[in-house]
Amino acid sequence: MDETGIGIWGVPLAIFAGAIRVSTPFIFVSLGESITERSGRINLGLEGTLVFGAMTAYAVAVMSNSPWLGVLAAMATGAVFGLVHGWICKFPKVNDIAIGIAMMQFGLGLAFFLGKPFIQPVAPHLPSIPLGGWSGLPQIQSALNINVLFIIGALLSVTLWWAFKNTRIGLILRVVGDSSDAARAMGLNPDTVRLLATAVGGSLAAVGGAYLSLFYPGSWNEGISSGQGLMAVALVIFARWNPIGCFLAALLFGGAGALGPALQSVGVTQGYYLFYAAPYMLTLVILVATSSPTRSLAGAPGALSITK
Amino acid sequence: MTKLLPMNRRSFLQTTASGAAALGLAPSLFSTPAAAQAALTVGFIYVGPKDDYGYNQAHAEGAAVIKAMSGVTVVEEENVPETVDVQKTMESMINLDGASLVFPTSFGYFDPHMLEMAKKYPDVQFRHCGGLWKEGVNPMNTGSYFGYIGQGQYLNGITAGYASKSKKIGFVAAKPIPQVLQNINSFLLGARSVDPAITCQVIFTGEWSLAVKEAEATNALIDQGADVITCHVDSPKVVVETAAGRGAFVCGYHANQSPLAPEKYLTGAEWAWGNVYTKFVTEAQASTPLGNFVRGGLKDGFVKMSPLGPGVSEEARKKFDATLAEMMAGSFSVFKGPIKDNKGGDAVTAGQTFAEDAIELESMAYLVEGVVGSTS
Repeated sequence: MDETGIGIWGVPLAIFAGAIRVSTPFIFVSLGESITERSGRINLGLEGTLVFGAMTAYAVAVMSNSPWLGVLAAMATGAVFGLVHGWICKFPKVNDIAIGIAMMQFGLGLAFFLGKPFIQPVAPHLPSIPLGGWSGLPQIQSALNINVLFIIGALLSVTLWWAFKNTRIGLILRVVGDSSDAARAMGLNPDTVRLLATAVGGSLAAVGGAYLSLFYPGSWNEGISSGQGLMAVALVIFARWNPIGCFLAALLFGGAGALGPALQSVGVTQGYYLFYAAPYMLTLVILVATSSPTRSLAGAPGALSITK
Repeated sequence: MTKLLPMNRRSFLQTTASGAAALGLAPSLFSTPAAAQAALTVGFIYVGPKDDYGYNQAHAEGAAVIKAMSGVTVVEEENVPETVDVQKTMESMINLDGASLVFPTSFGYFDPHMLEMAKKYPDVQFRHCGGLWKEGVNPMNTGSYFGYIGQGQYLNGITAGYASKSKKIGFVAAKPIPQVLQNINSFLLGARSVDPAITCQVIFTGEWSLAVKEAEATNALIDQGADVITCHVDSPKVVVETAAGRGAFVCGYHANQSPLAPEKYLTGAEWAWGNVYTKFVTEAQASTPLGNFVRGGLKDGFVKMSPLGPGVSEEARKKFDATLAEMMAGSFSVFKGPIKDNKGGDAVTAGQTFAEDAIELESMAYLVEGVVGSTS
């Protein structure tokens, strides 16, 4: 086209850059949810936790001028949301999905209410690591401006994958998630384990929110999340409760989400609504292709209420 | 999402009011005829937060202007979805707060929601922002008002044309409706009045407020070499911050976003709703009929430009001022033939000129030559 644009190469670059930029909230929410679900409980309220985390992080960053304090504050509030969910769910005959939806609405409402004064101020952003210095192209330099949280998320997914398999805590989580009776026979209290797993899951989801408000797109308003928290919960099932799978699924979603704007930017302008549906169509295709009528989902925790 | 409690304000007040009436207190408490005639309660309904640096903030700034007028009480509600929720909000404003003039400010409130309410409350005046009110079709207690902000986008385009080095400018748009298309076309035509080689890339996000997609769209435009960005989404904050962060210049929209990017902000097309609302309220207080189809542009004080930023050259400033002066004199037309559309057809034929208030422009369905993008 011309010397300033990068033409058709913009599409793969945008998918790559989008995978890194857009995926981080998905990574954190889905990793958090995989911990919770491995313990045999579903927390559908992470969308509310994510938005509340985004608001808390932004507000604290504005007031303290430190984005990292914002992230820590978000983690703390996320843990509180998780604790509330876990505490309510330990009562008999309480449905965790219904509580999750209630907690989601509660989180959204509270975030909008408390976040009102922080829509206008500008908060300091989280730092990123410029890994694109080797390239003369500003487009590549910008695509490789990788946020620290993305790297932490990648490392965390590998660590969790390893920890589920090889550590005592991982074993406890899996036992509680597969059979409450077996866990009790081992002398474990399933409610306590699930309470802690939901709290950790909530605090990770809130980090995803902090990324939204403090890095990309980097501002707080009431429409900051377009359902990332809900989609990430679905990603966990899509990834078969495997943390590395969650990471890859998040990358896939991020990259596919960047496809629509990128194609329009190189002049493929017809049918953009269809391109925007790409991530969802992809999910449908993969789910249909990998499911089977003759066996249940591989890797599903046995005590999960959807598999009961 | 905002209505979490089973008992809302309306039902609570109705219960207490009927209780009071039963006790014979109602006349003294709830109707003081002398005060009711002098006072005017005006309701404003926003689709998003009223401090969003965008569409809703522009309206809320207008509401703040009439709040200062004597005898006027303003009631506002934010984050009202374009669903049956807005009907509940309007009923609540009319029945409880006694609003006799209601401004539902978002596009989707018009049909069917505001029209339903207008039928139910014929004594209340409804004025909608952006809708195309038709005489004989829509009730007389409704109406629509809007500003010709396309000329503002043309002026944006002039500053963009001078500031662009790559000769590519970008537009992040929500949906391909006539008002948006007119803004895109005006932005490019303004830039082309500086340099006819300039092209404008447009990306539609499909929704009025989608922060992540707006940021992705801005990045994609800049990756393709666009170095001046503007937008037509509800809150330009994300686009302005993302573009300025990548080193591109930005032109604002809806409200003044220069505090977000003081170095990179060239200028912006802003609404001046305060003037419009003042006019309606003055008419209502004087009991003269309110206009049903109210339109105006820069020269009528419906639209204003943000102060020029440091990125605007002296040359650009001169052309900007000269064009603005022509617009203020009413002798300027953005859509002056011949203009081709970007599929090669004729958009405006030679010799044809549309003044800014031409009704044809309100049903625009094309993108002009030089705009890279598609309406579907």
